[in-house]
Amino acid sequence: MKQLTTVFVKWCSSIPILLFSPLLFAQEASEEASSLNLRRGATDISGQVYDLHMLMFFICVGIAVVVFGVMFASMYLHRKSRGAKPANFHENVKVEIAWTVIPFLILIFMAVPAANTLIAMEDTSEPDMTVLVTGSQWKWHYKYMDSDVEFYSLLATQREQIENKFQKTDNYLLEVDRPLVIPTGKKVRFLITSDDVIHSWWVPDFAVKKDANPGFINESWAKVNEPGIYRGQCAELCGKDHGYMPVVVIAKEPAEFEKWMGEQEEIVRKAKEEEQRLLSMNMSMDELMKEGERVYNATCAACHMPNGEGLPGVFPALKGSKMALEDQQGHIDIVLHGKSGTAMQAFGKMLSLKEIAAVVTYERNAWGNKTGDMVQAKDVNAVANGN
Amino acid sequence: MSKATEVISPDTSAPHSGQVNGGHLHDDHEHHDHIPKGITRWLFTTNHKDIGTLYLWFAFIMFLVGGAMAMVIRAELFQPGLQIVEPNFFNQMTTVHGLIMVFGAVMPAFTGLANWLIPMMIGAPDMALPRMNNWSFWILPGAFLILLSSLFMEGGGPAFGWTFYAPLSTTYSGDSTALFVFSVHIMGISSIMGAINVIVTIFNMRAPGMTWMKMPLFVWTWLITAFLLIAVMPVLAGAVTMVLTDKFFGTSFFDAAGGGDPVMFQHIFWFFGHPEVYIMILPAFGIISQIVPTFSRKQLFGYASMVYATASIALLSFVVWAHHMFTTGMPVYMEMFFMFATMLISVPTGVKVFNWVATMWRGSLSFEMPMMFAIAFIVLFTIGGLSGLMLAITPVDFQYHDTYFVVAHFHYVLVTGAVFSIMAAVYYWLPKWTGKMYDTALAKWHFWCSLVSVNVLFFPMHFVGLAGMPRRIPDYALQFADFNKWISLGGFAFGLSQLIFLALLIKACKKQGEPVSAQVWDGAEGLEWEIPSPAPYHTFETPPVVK
Repeated sequence: MKQLTTVFVKWCSSIPILLFSPLLFAQEASEEASSLNLRRGATDISGQVYDLHMLMFFICVGIAVVVFGVMFASMYLHRKSRGAKPANFHENVKVEIAWTVIPFLILIFMAVPAANTLIAMEDTSEPDMTVLVTGSQWKWHYKYMDSDVEFYSLLATQREQIENKFQKTDNYLLEVDRPLVIPTGKKVRFLITSDDVIHSWWVPDFAVKKDANPGFINESWAKVNEPGIYRGQCAELCGKDHGYMPVVVIAKEPAEFEKWMGEQEEIVRKAKEEEQRLLSMNMSMDELMKEGERVYNATCAACHMPNGEGLPGVFPALKGSKMALEDQQGHIDIVLHGKSGTAMQAFGKMLSLKEIAAVVTYERNAWGNKTGDMVQAKDVNAVANGN
Repeated sequence: MSKATEVISPDTSAPHSGQVNGGHLHDDHEHHDHIPKGITRWLFTTNHKDIGTLYLWFAFIMFLVGGAMAMVIRAELFQPGLQIVEPNFFNQMTTVHGLIMVFGAVMPAFTGLANWLIPMMIGAPDMALPRMNNWSFWILPGAFLILLSSLFMEGGGPAFGWTFYAPLSTTYSGDSTALFVFSVHIMGISSIMGAINVIVTIFNMRAPGMTWMKMPLFVWTWLITAFLLIAVMPVLAGAVTMVLTDKFFGTSFFDAAGGGDPVMFQHIFWFFGHPEVYIMILPAFGIISQIVPTFSRKQLFGYASMVYATASIALLSFVVWAHHMFTTGMPVYMEMFFMFATMLISVPTGVKVFNWVATMWRGSLSFEMPMMFAIAFIVLFTIGGLSGLMLAITPVDFQYHDTYFVVAHFHYVLVTGAVFSIMAAVYYWLPKWTGKMYDTALAKWHFWCSLVSVNVLFFPMHFVGLAGMPRRIPDYALQFADFNKWISLGGFAFGLSQLIFLALLIKACKKQGEPVSAQVWDGAEGLEWEIPSPAPYHTFETPPVVK
């Protein structure tokens, strides 16, 4: 027992040093992404938050060293095996007042900078530009409020990497097909909401984490100092693919940002023309099936599964389903408008008419669903316009 | 409190009055060896000791079941990519692991300890409402059978986290939600009945002379816990009922499209949830406050301040709930209020830790198993408490929220806090229950394996959390891979370590080991140490008088 105790005492007294030494080391290390500690980030606010975090951390380490120090000292000095005789003191008003008042003063010391930072963080007034961020299962949608530019941002990591068939690349699970682009040096306000369940939009380098609540709009902001690529993730459990919903933001110099914005607006204009053109032309079955498979795997397979069998009891199968075999109008309608009260979202604003036509065709002709139906963009347009 | 231990037997003229043992003194003929046999003993029992044993074994089995789920989680997270389970099943595991550990392991274990100890500590023959006591235990296995069976439904069990945030748990959940709601209702009813029983027992059945301020701290902390339970379990029942009607009966409490508010769900849930956290830690404070003085051979430094600190923590627990919700988008003045209120909790909690340390200071310390667990508790719970203080600071909480930093925090307070205190309690009182000293070699193995592995398991979670790993994800980015490997290895080791505990408990229940004296530990004080070991089936049928 005595031996054991000595070991225990030694072990315990080294806990604070052992456990916190990596953090102390990290503090000295350069500013590149640490795998041990918060990052200082790319905004003034995130720097303040980092300083606050380190202040809190060192106060806590200090408290721990004092408290555990006294405890380990008594474990060493006042052991029965060393012949310690118990003292008989108890209840000392002065001591008890001291250990109530001193922590209280420490708390006030912590509370002042915390309150100041918090007030600065929550001040979303007078932004230079505004982006509407909308979460849905399991992707983000960005809309620039002063422009026609809006797009979805989906996980870009290949399915095969997740399933361990391909080598995982550097930004595994932290890469998207279309990142949000914002200018540096400008106060960008984010309006954050959701189409379905609660998500949380988080970019650690901006110290921005705000829940996306369906039916309500939250506000946050960032003024990024350095151009760069900033990565984050959805932080609120939002269902099956919560882990596959990254956030990527690219900050560009204002001039570069304006150039990018111009290009995007041009793309939007062209896409609208293309949509009109497609209404008057038909695609072949091969084209529809090929495009449909791409859209299906990118958009539908997360729930309905790549084999169309769904997840029994959670997400319905499309393979052999009544709707995919018979009711073509209903099929187009549910893809366009979703089904309220279920996880089936409205894809009308996410996919183009051509893409919806292709994916409906695909669903009606894949996995043994052999209807032979071909759906064209104009059919989708008809349903969308209520004819 | 030390005075509470001076016991005078009510009938000092009786021939066998050397021991305080009402049953044996008076009713040798009726009660001697009158322990019912077979399964009906356990099914129909109204004896507080039997029910305590049932609760404790049930809690331990649930601890192993919930632990097995944690092993699935850690196996999947051993390396990046999906290897073992699908994300939907992963979410079911995190959800049911949380529910089982909270409602099936920690809470029933404390209720089991309350059943065994409160009557023996206050000199009562049994709990005040013994039939309700039986019922409050026996509905529990049914509740967990319902919850576990939902895992085998089409679509699987609940997958929305133990916090079941709407609308993920309403519109977007599977049909198993109905079973989840029903099982939580039954758990709540069981807890409320248990709490009523504790309160009625303590108010009405204290032995003559056992005044409020002489009650052992375990009794005090449980009394306050019982009031918390009665206050908040109905709130949980309300929350799950609204989830049920939102999902199945077309109401819109939490659906903005129908005029409801999903964030209101979180306010209701955490109004239950934060006091619930203290429900799981206040009895632990009581246990540590019993054990530390015994092995320091010195009375608790500040008995009164411990009682007041417990009461303040309980009261404050009602005004801090929204610190779980800083990112939901509250007005800045509300964030300030909840930040300051939360920080305030560290004052009475600090008072407790300082008291334990001051009790040890200039004591005469020995390090038997209960003391080892108690010391580990004080150190590791304090680490969890300090990370809790960091989490209270709203601006940095925005960074910590819903990351592994939070997972590390609440596992430090719940595993190395609540669970370690339960183990300390078992090692402390088990010889009293069985009459034999348990296998101390096994106990040492259990302690050291648990202590090392639990820190390998939970400490690196601070790092991955700060580095940006969200919680409740089945797969993660590559920079978190090294630490997660260690975390998983620590997890497997901690899981295996509990099998040592299982072996020790089985041996103890077979009554193997050296017989122990009534006092068991040479510094132990209190009524439960005055009765023989093992504690007779009936104790204090005639109340002792406490001077």
